[in-house]
Amino acid sequence: MRDAPPDSLTRLNVVYLARLREAFGVATEALPMPEGGSTVAQVLAALRARGGTWATELAAGRAVRVAVNHAMATADTPVRAGDELALFPPVTGG
Amino acid sequence: MPVRVQTADFDVSHEITVLRAGDARVGAVASFVGTVRDVNDAAAVSTLTLEHYPGMTEKALEAIVGEARARFDIYDALVVHRVGELAPTDQIVLVVVTGAHREPAFDACRFLMDYLKTRAPFWKKERTPDGTRWVEARASDDEAAARWQAAGAGDTAP
Repeated sequence: MRDAPPDSLTRLNVVYLARLREAFGVATEALPMPEGGSTVAQVLAALRARGGTWATELAAGRAVRVAVNHAMATADTPVRAGDELALFPPVTGG
Repeated sequence: MPVRVQTADFDVSHEITVLRAGDARVGAVASFVGTVRDVNDAAAVSTLTLEHYPGMTEKALEAIVGEARARFDIYDALVVHRVGELAPTDQIVLVVVTGAHREPAFDACRFLMDYLKTRAPFWKKERTPDGTRWVEARASDDEAAARWQAAGAGDTAP
């Protein structure tokens, strides 16, 4: 009998940074992913559906940036289990 | 193309010395240092805390340096960016560019700062008498970066 695959192979690792981390009160979480993968837009919709702060901070029109595996992403960027998706506000370095 | 993200302070003179060491082709060194102001958006700032996204930030900085090297006739470039809690007068960021001549060195230095401010994952949080607040992105920074897109490859400053 085979062991179940580790979480890292069945889940999407989501990272929240800066203001969003503070607003949500969470830095990282692992979301279950459908076998065929998903898209950034679908992940955002699922997070928005939690309501409350999630719905307001991620509402359409809010300036939220998304990166997948450390590269900037758009709504239709595909994501699959094992990927790292990060959500953050517009950058303010320098 | 060295890129560093660190909590420690940096010594500008030392960084320039290392970057151009032994390179007799270099006739121009341009540099920019960003420092912490004690006032922002009409409020007194007592501390500035910088956060980054380990892994992506370094990658983004390397991509920006690579783009500068492709666009401008320069030899090398260095970006050092600090993170963690800083106080007014502290150094935040250093950009150094070496080249044969001043014009591409100046241009690349400005390009690097304009792109860094809009593309590198860093976030600033400041402490004011009213508490802490996240610094909002500025439209003027986006406009400064966008001017380079309009200018096109190999052009001079916008």
